[in-house]
Formats: sequence, structure tokens, C-alpha cells
Amino acid sequence: MTTELLQPLIYDIGTPGRLGVNLPECDVPKVELPAALMREELPLPEVGEVQVVRHFVKLSKLNYSIDQGMYPLGSCTMKYNPKINEDAARLPGFAQLHPLTDESGSQGALFLMHELQKWLGEISGFPAVSLTPAAGAQGEFAGILMIRRYHIDRGEGQRDLILVPNSAHGTNPATVTMAGMDVLELPADDQGNVDMDALHAACEGELRDRIAGMMITVPSTLGLFESTILEVIATVHDAGGLMYMDGANMNALMAAVKPGALGFDVMHYNLHKTFSTPHGGGGPGSGAVGVNEKLAPYLPGPIVEIVEGAPHSEEVVGATLESPEHGLGMRRASQGSPLQTSVEVRGEPPLYGFVMPEKSIGRLKAFHGNFGMHLRAYAYIRVYGDSGIRDVTRYAVLNANYLRAKLMATYTVPYPRHCGHEFVLEGHFADADDVHALDISKRLMDYGFHPPTNYFPLIVPEALLIEPTETETKADLDEFIAAMEKIAEEARSDPELLRGAPYTAPVRRLDEVRAAKELVLCCAPARAAASV
Amino acid sequence: MSYIPHTANETQQMLGAIGVDSIDALFAAVPATHRFPKLDLPPPMSEMEVAAEMLAISEANDHAQDFAIFRGAGAYHHFIPSVVNHMLLRGEFYTAYTPYQPEISQGTLQATYEYQSMMCALTGMDAANASHYDGATSLAEAVTVALEVARHKRKKVILSHAIHPQYREVVRTYHQGRDIRIIGDRGRGEIVDLMEMLDENTAMLAVQYPDFFGQIDDLTALADAVHQAGALLVMVANPMALSIFKSPGELGADIVVGEAQPMGVPLGYGGPYLGYFAIRQKYVRRIAGRIIGETLDADGKRAFVMTLRPREQDIKRERASSNICTNQGLMALAASVYMALMGKNGLRQVGELNYYKAHYAANEINRLDGYSVDMSKPFFNEFVVACPRPVAEINEALLAEGIIGGLDLGPHYFHLNDRMLLCVTEMNAKEEIDRLVEILGGLRR
Repeated sequence: MTTELLQPLIYDIGTPGRLGVNLPECDVPKVELPAALMREELPLPEVGEVQVVRHFVKLSKLNYSIDQGMYPLGSCTMKYNPKINEDAARLPGFAQLHPLTDESGSQGALFLMHELQKWLGEISGFPAVSLTPAAGAQGEFAGILMIRRYHIDRGEGQRDLILVPNSAHGTNPATVTMAGMDVLELPADDQGNVDMDALHAACEGELRDRIAGMMITVPSTLGLFESTILEVIATVHDAGGLMYMDGANMNALMAAVKPGALGFDVMHYNLHKTFSTPHGGGGPGSGAVGVNEKLAPYLPGPIVEIVEGAPHSEEVVGATLESPEHGLGMRRASQGSPLQTSVEVRGEPPLYGFVMPEKSIGRLKAFHGNFGMHLRAYAYIRVYGDSGIRDVTRYAVLNANYLRAKLMATYTVPYPRHCGHEFVLEGHFADADDVHALDISKRLMDYGFHPPTNYFPLIVPEALLIEPTETETKADLDEFIAAMEKIAEEARSDPELLRGAPYTAPVRRLDEVRAAKELVLCCAPARAAASV
Repeated sequence: MSYIPHTANETQQMLGAIGVDSIDALFAAVPATHRFPKLDLPPPMSEMEVAAEMLAISEANDHAQDFAIFRGAGAYHHFIPSVVNHMLLRGEFYTAYTPYQPEISQGTLQATYEYQSMMCALTGMDAANASHYDGATSLAEAVTVALEVARHKRKKVILSHAIHPQYREVVRTYHQGRDIRIIGDRGRGEIVDLMEMLDENTAMLAVQYPDFFGQIDDLTALADAVHQAGALLVMVANPMALSIFKSPGELGADIVVGEAQPMGVPLGYGGPYLGYFAIRQKYVRRIAGRIIGETLDADGKRAFVMTLRPREQDIKRERASSNICTNQGLMALAASVYMALMGKNGLRQVGELNYYKAHYAANEINRLDGYSVDMSKPFFNEFVVACPRPVAEINEALLAEGIIGGLDLGPHYFHLNDRMLLCVTEMNAKEEIDRLVEILGGLRR
């Protein structure tokens, strides 16, 4: 038994007096520091630059990532993150732009946000979009706060119930509670759809006047498009409730259907899923929200609008900047665009500015959202364009259905219908019942894959939720299928092997109970400054 | 097809395996009336064209490579060693997901654990989480923790007016559905005035350190008063200032939150930034968001794992106190690399440079006719200047000379018309400061 870490802690590779960085000499006269306010200890490491580089490079090698291989993590849309977007984010005009720069000095950033608002609105069929939410969960929170305020403004503040299917992401019910409302959970029928009898009972029974709305994921967290979705929407609307769409699965919908056209009132996008901004080992995300006219006045702010100058034509999208020389002029010259003529005739560029919607639920964070993610999503949509965005969804759905069709031979796949961009299978076998979904997941690591999502959605026993995304080749998928088939064989021939997996990962299975009991959350040397 | 690798032949083989004729056939469950709408988006573009367009858009902004910046107010222009960006650009870090599978995520887990440790070192707290969205939302989440600690029996939250105005707005957004009262920030109350508001119904009191105006109050009596009332003291602290000033732990804070953007995260037009959240041991199980702990693997090897998971939304659902899941993980990595590089001596040196340069600028400006700097309290790297003309006019004149001036406080505080909040960091060379002073000197009444 060893007690060494794979890579020592940064605190343990330092030496007193070693410096990691050279700073310029102070070029102004020094004044006296206020001694009574100064700290004595600053228990940070003392490590040289080369050591720091090697430390983090070694740590990086203990990770699995999309850049190394397939990451079929259901509901997370782990697609390739284009490198050009990382370059764009590091341009000084973006990376070194202060968030409180006057609007006249940030027209480039404002233009970009305005275009992105328009494009996201177009993709989902919503006339208004706010980019401010920092992640999907914050987008959900914004949506439910908007629904709450809408009812209060109409004198129906007693509407305090949000319907949530039992297949929902955990964020949905947690969001409802945060907004000060209550959850009414709905069961699924045997097809994985919302149970319509239960929905009608809730919307037409004594709780009718308390229904504020419903949160639903489309396609559902089982990867299935609810065939009854129009009836679900109509039923909730009839009861006076509004419909929230969780957009986590938007990768199955682009150019296939517009949620706004189906009748949804509000949805959030995950720019870090559908629009390829990197997950960064846990974040940052970006969770823009789109709404119809009813909720537009309540959007979280600020949003970007054209505040003066050239006419704004809703039909014109994708106008481009002509060249850097135009600088602040932001003259736009998209080919064949009617705007081109009007701009040239008027000779006046539009001026973009931040606006707080009339009855806004307020600010969700300081400044104006995770702008670095906005610009990556902008570049992503720009590369694909109208035809390419359509293909993203088509090939995501093709890849998922191919995997599903192939794996049906070896695994139990509930719900006999084509899936969207992901599907669920049961990670256990009748003739090897001591093998669980978790064991299959861990064994996949030994075959060089990141596991699928385990034990979600909760309504399928031993669920493995698999989402390959459109950026995997048929050959990648075939390798994954071969690994899954091999594991199914191993489950019968050597179940112990699976229960002990992984063997080739940097560490074996971890003792999570011990972690929660002992709660070692901080290196000991860092605690030297801990207070009395 | 950009990032979609399929050949026509492969697509055909896959359709064959599925048993359908076309990809379109896979969308039969979508109501026919709404299926395949036209998307009014621009046409596709090559990488070359996109790169040119992004450059053009970025250059339509007044950024810190072209302008001298004296603006802070919650977003700070600091030196970021080259190593930070190189580490962030490792695909192993930035293209990984949340470390739910610890066996193949030890890199993210250990780097985050080290980030938590270094935030504890700076703040003097016992535990820090893996991050919140930004400084504002970490304050809003601190309010939730304080209400939970008081089991929702205390309904009053006291905020100092000298907390960043947008942070206070975010607290109100987050808690609009709750039956609580947020007070203290409508006027211009000093610390003693806030202390008078404390009572048995108070869940917490929050102050900013240094405050929004850059100043440092004497907080020694405050912590005792807050604790005597049975409430929690929350401090919103700029971690860069903690390089030289006493830690909030030493001053008696129970929760320390704030914006760690100054630690290696670029200005980036306001995000992604890094909300940090640190807390005393006795409240650690109330903390929201992800937190990394040490444990052993099946072979007895030391390793890291996400811990205290049962608090989180995916397990606790409607009984969770926060819905946060995705956080600002990559920015926590940036801060981890930054703090490791700067280390004990480098960070202190940066803190001192900020202090000296800000005081040099303040003293020079204070000498100018018509200008006066509020020197009533100690300050770090920001200070308030009373100006002889409207701040907007002064900033316009500075901009023409390639300088982005301070924040106009008038729109944020009714009593601070013609007041400018100036920020000076290690990035402002003496010549830049002298030029600023010279131009200001020429802009009198």
C-alpha cells in the first residue's frame, strides 16, 4: 500500500525563497504601508516557472478529454471544440476589453452579441434572447423567475406550481425551489412520454389555478421526441400555465423544429453543449434564454439592441464587417443584403447599446454574461452557416441511431423507436445480475473511452445514457460498439473483472465515503493562515 | 461540412444498419407541420474568412493593448504570465467535462483541490468550493447559506452600500422569490450605521473589502457585533488585495466570497470570470456547488474526488439549496496556475506595486487645482477623485489621448456626481500615470 500521490501537491514541490516570476522594479516613489492592516503570513507555494509548467502538464496527462477520444456522455453534448474559436477568444480586442468600456468603444463586442441574439432566436423561433445567464442552470432560473413575474403582473400570483416530469434533470426541480415555487412531479408512461392522464388530472383538477407552468426537456432525457408534445403544450396553456423548454438537448432540434413554433414560451440554450464552447473541466458554460413576446419584457438584462442609426431589418442576418479599417464604423456589407444599400445610402452605421428590458427580472451576474463563450458560439455558427447548422443535428441524430441499432443486439434498449441525438440502454444483464451500469462504465475506461452518463434518467433501471455527437466518425463509433460488445461478453465470462475495473486508468475506484467522512478539502500548509 | 467527418458512403452504410432510407426519416416523431423549418442564417464560411471577421470585430473595440486603462470597478487589468495561457490551452484540461469519473479526471481534480487550498490561504478560511459563476453570484449564494444556517427563521440581510452595485442587484434578483428583507444599502451608511441595524432577525451582514471605492474600513468591532447578534459576517474581498492586507479570517469573517478574476483571468469584456466562495469549517456542509476532497483508491493510493455530493441538485433535486452544476472550472485552473507561479513572494510584490502606484497617482492628482482625492481611509489600488467637471467630459478628453479613465460614479450613487473611481495597477507605468495627471491638470473648470 502506497500513500504517494501520482503527482505531488504544488505545496510539496516548493523551496523557500524560490521565485516563479520576475516583476519589474517599482518605478514610483514608495510610500509607507499601513502596518496595522498588513498580513504577516501568506502561505502560498514557492515554485519556479519550469516546475509549475511540469506540474500542470503532468496533471493534464491524468485527464481524459475530447481531444483524446470519444466522450459519449449523455445530455452533455461533448462535441469537438474548434481550435479557431480559442484563437479568436484570445484576440486582444476581446481578451483585453474592459467590461465597463463605454458603448462607443465596444461596438465590436456589442455587434457580435446582437448577431448572436438574433441567430439563437432564429434557430429556436423566439423573437427575443438574453445572453446574460452564465450556465444552463442560471438560464433555467431566469426562465422560472420570468414565469413567476408574468403571473404576478397579471394578478395571478397564486400560481406557484411548476410541473416537472420525473425524467427531468435535477436542475429543473432545484430551480423551481430557488425561485420560491413548488414542484409537482409528473410520471412517464410506458413509452417514456409524459403520462397524459396525470397531466390532464393536474391541469384540470383542483390545482388548476395554481399551475404556473411546466418545465420539459425536448427531446426528453431519454433522447425521445415526445409524440404528444403539442397536446402537452396545449393542456398547460389551457390551464393558464406557461411552457419552459430545457434546451440541453437542442443538438437534436436545430433546423428540425423550432421550439417557439411548437408553442413554448421560454427556453434556455447551452452554448457549451450545442454550440461547441468547451466544458473546461466543469465550466465556464453559457445559458442564454429565448422567449416569446409575452415574456420579452421580463428578460434578464442587459440585452443588446440597436439604439440609434441604421434601420434594423429583422430579415437580414449575418451581415459582415467589411474590413478592420472600418473600425468603429461597423459598416456592414453582407452580399446581397438589403442592409448594404440602406447603410451606404444613409452613410451612418448603427449604434449598438445595452438595454434593460422594461420589466426585467434583473441582473443575474455582474456585467453581461460569459462573453468569451458568446464569441466562440458566434464563430461556430458562422462556420456552419444555414446549411451546416442543419447538418449538425442531422448527423448527431444519425450517429446516435447507428449506435443504438448496433447495440440493440447486445443490450436491452427500452422504447422501440428511433431516438434523437442520444439514447438510453440498460446497463445490466439477466444472466449476469451482479454486474451493474457502473461496472460497464468503469470497464469502458480500460478500452480507451469516457463512459456514458450513468444512472440518469432515473426512470430507467441501471441507465446508460449515450450521446456520441456529430463529430465522431463511423470508425470511432464502430470501436465503441466493439468495446461494448466485448464488455457484454466479459460480464458473463468474468464478472469480477468488470467489478474491479478500471485497471489502466491513473487510479482505481475511489473511496467516496471516506472522502465525505474525513473531509480533507485543503492542503495543510495552506491552513497556516487559518484564523483563530 | 466543417467539423462533421462523414463521407457519403459511410452515411449510406449507417442508414443501412439503422434500416431507414434517409436521415430525414429519423425525424418522423416531430409533428409534420413543424418539421424542417427554414433557418434564416448566413451562409457557411471558411476558417480563413471567420478568422478575418473575428479580427475585424475585435478591432472595433477599445482594448488594453491600444489604450492605457485606469478603470477597475470589479474588473482589473493585471499582468498574466504567459504560462497561464499555455496551461489553459492544453486540450486535456479545456476539452474535459466535469470530473464525475474521478479515475480519468485526476488532473482537473488535483488542480481544483490546489485552487481551493490557495483560496483558503488567501482568505484565512478552512474550505473553498470549486467556484461560482462570478463575484456577484457567489455573494448571492452566501445569502442562501446564511439563511440556511439560520434555518430560515431570520429574515433580514444587511448589505453595505459600498458593495459593488451590480452585486447588490444580483442578490435581489436571486432572492426575489423569498420572504426576506434586504436593507442597509439604500443610503450611504458607514460601518457603525450598519451595526445599528443588527438584531435577532438578522441572518447576515455583508461588507466589501476593500470596498467598492477602494477603501479599507476598520472592521475589528464589526465581527464581534455581528456574532453577538447571532448573524454571519460575509466579506466580499478582492483576492489581489489579500496579498498584502490582513485576511478576512483574521478579521472574523464567517464566509468570504468575491471575484477572483484578478488572479490570472483576462478582462474579457466581463466573463468568463471566477466567483470564489470560502467558508469556516463548521458551515462547510452548507456550501453550494462542487467541492473536491482527498481520499484513497482501491489500491490505497491517495487521490481526489468530488465530495459532499448529496447536497447537489442532481441528487437532492427540489430539496437542494442551489441549482448550480456547471461552474467556472477552467478559470479556477487559471487562478491555480497564476497563484502557483506568483507564489508567496511574487504575489506580495504585485500587491505592493498596486499599492505604491495607486498612492503615487492619488497624491499627484490630489495636488491638482480643482481635484481632490478622498484620503479619509486607507485604500488599495482604487480611489475616488472629486473632479471639477462632469466625469463624462473628462473621460472623453482622456480617450482622445489614448487613455480609458475611471468609472463615473454619478449614475451609480446619487451623492457622487462628478466623482470618478480610478484604478491603478502594476500594468500602469509611471509615464502613463504622469500623462494621466498632466491631462487631468489641463481639464479644469
